[in-house]
Amino acid sequence: MAGLILEDIHKQFGPVVAARDVNLNLPNGQFVCFLGPSGCGKTTLLRLIAGLENPTRGRILLDAEDITQTPAHKRNFGMVFQSLALFPHLTVGENVAYSLRVRHVEKAAQRKKAAELLDLVQLSGFMDRHVAQLSGGQRQRVAIARALAIEPRLFLLDEPLSALDAKLRESMQLELRELQQRLAITTILVTHDQREAMTMSDLVVVMGPDNRVRQMGSPLSIYRRPADTFVADFIGSSNLLEGTCSAAGEIKIGTQRLIVEELPAGLSPGTPVTVSIRPEDIHVLPGIEKGDNRLQGTIAFIRDVGSSVEIYLNCNGIQIVSQSTPKDRPPVKQGDPATVAVPAAACVVLRS
Amino acid sequence: MIGEKPKSVPAHLPLAYPALMLGIFFVIPFAMMVAVSFFHREPGGFYIPGFELANYRNLYTALFGRTLAFSLFIAGLSAAVCVSLGFPFTYFITRMRRKAQVVWLVFLMSVLSLSEVIVGFAWSLLLSRTAGLSNLLAWLGLMDKAAAWYPGFAALLCGICYLAFPYTVLVLYPPLSRLDPALPEASLTLGASPLKTFFNIIVGTLRNAIVAAFVMVFVFTLGVYLLPQILGRPHHWTLSVLITDQAIYQTNMPMAAAMAIFFMVVSLLLVALTMAIGKKKNIE
Repeated sequence: MAGLILEDIHKQFGPVVAARDVNLNLPNGQFVCFLGPSGCGKTTLLRLIAGLENPTRGRILLDAEDITQTPAHKRNFGMVFQSLALFPHLTVGENVAYSLRVRHVEKAAQRKKAAELLDLVQLSGFMDRHVAQLSGGQRQRVAIARALAIEPRLFLLDEPLSALDAKLRESMQLELRELQQRLAITTILVTHDQREAMTMSDLVVVMGPDNRVRQMGSPLSIYRRPADTFVADFIGSSNLLEGTCSAAGEIKIGTQRLIVEELPAGLSPGTPVTVSIRPEDIHVLPGIEKGDNRLQGTIAFIRDVGSSVEIYLNCNGIQIVSQSTPKDRPPVKQGDPATVAVPAAACVVLRS
Repeated sequence: MIGEKPKSVPAHLPLAYPALMLGIFFVIPFAMMVAVSFFHREPGGFYIPGFELANYRNLYTALFGRTLAFSLFIAGLSAAVCVSLGFPFTYFITRMRRKAQVVWLVFLMSVLSLSEVIVGFAWSLLLSRTAGLSNLLAWLGLMDKAAAWYPGFAALLCGICYLAFPYTVLVLYPPLSRLDPALPEASLTLGASPLKTFFNIIVGTLRNAIVAAFVMVFVFTLGVYLLPQILGRPHHWTLSVLITDQAIYQTNMPMAAAMAIFFMVVSLLLVALTMAIGKKKNIE
């Protein structure tokens, strides 16, 4: 089968486990993000794919060919490092053409290819500049052009945007995504920024602090249907309510009944569960209302940042956050009694 | 503070102490030597003040020329040997775990505590016919019979490099340990073999450090004067030996001073040339 396959990959540095039993199947031409908190092993996984580390056990296959033992310099994968790792003693053009130089390509052809790539990343005319004369965003582009010069089978990026300021980072995200689609090259990006992962990728691989892959899927499916409480909490923000399964399609949060549309298979009554509800799915109603899918409480705090309004409620010790647009802002103020309405379709029930 | 120019006289005061010390212990003795090199030699006595170029004219001999050339040659060769061995050696040390690095560095530092005399005699013993390493090789059957490997050029080179090697490592260690490990990794992912990566990227980015280490060992080795007498034959004697001979045994201070100054000027020119070449390549 075409694509990159990781089979039972396990990596240990002495007693420290960096990646635990990873099984992944990444189709060709996709933009994949490895997403997770720091220390979850996402960079290690990328380095294993690049051949900069050897797995303790497991196999890596690319288009059905076993590349586990292939050294990094024979894999032909372009990689952009977190520090960018531009060669300080070479010019921009020499950096970009480095892979051609080690392959003994003619000087003139080297320059031509470097110029093409610099055009591609919108750095035309920077050929003879020194790396030290470039800004952060420009270095970024040089690193990308250099990695693309080998016409890589895989394009690997290790948090390359983390050093840029927020505005530049967002525009580079779009640019990188656009470039990847134009070149139709399989790309893996490591990031701890879930917004970045949502913006750019076809597929998101979420890794947990236990160094395992927790979930893999399209950004929206992961957002809408998180597989466990870690994913629900890590991707976006979520209200996580502890409860128990009381009957088919029904959860008890304290004494309140919550009707839900879907339950995980094989859940028997009495099992403790966690219900994840996105803040934007929660409606706040003024005053106290009784009924199913209703929680009563008081407004603890209102954060109005202009583009959105976040309302924090205290419902008998449970903190709930609701998010709405300024237009839909409910007529409540701090200290008011209020009711939280939770649509059945918005509840994702997870095993605790 | 950094980059700011001191504005008033009091701001310069902290400099007075080092300036004074430098003047008393470095500038004045050096100036005296320069002066003595122009004095007139009093045979059988010492010297009488004056100004004559005779001492410099007398340098123009085959012996001086040959010794000068040999001194520069062996210093350059030792520097080349030390740097070409020391650079990869230091690189591998910096890639080790912290603890192992400390062990190696402490070991190298402890070598520095040995004086030139001890190093010289130790090597002369190791390379001797009666008690040296060749006995071990003969016993192992790798050689027919034990041989004397000293005195000679190779023995002298060994001794000098042994003395200068720890300094080479100490000069190379800081820049090598600061090297971003992603640089060689980037080179690997771009298709360069580990060997090409070493020469293109690791040596390439650290060219300044290599030139600095080379110059340091070169200058350090020029001053060696005991080892040539212990490990070398008379025609391996360096200019430092000749200067000592003139100053102490021939009591010809003006001649020794002239030799020393001429030697220093030539060395400085060579160092400047080396640095200029290093710098030029950097800008290219």
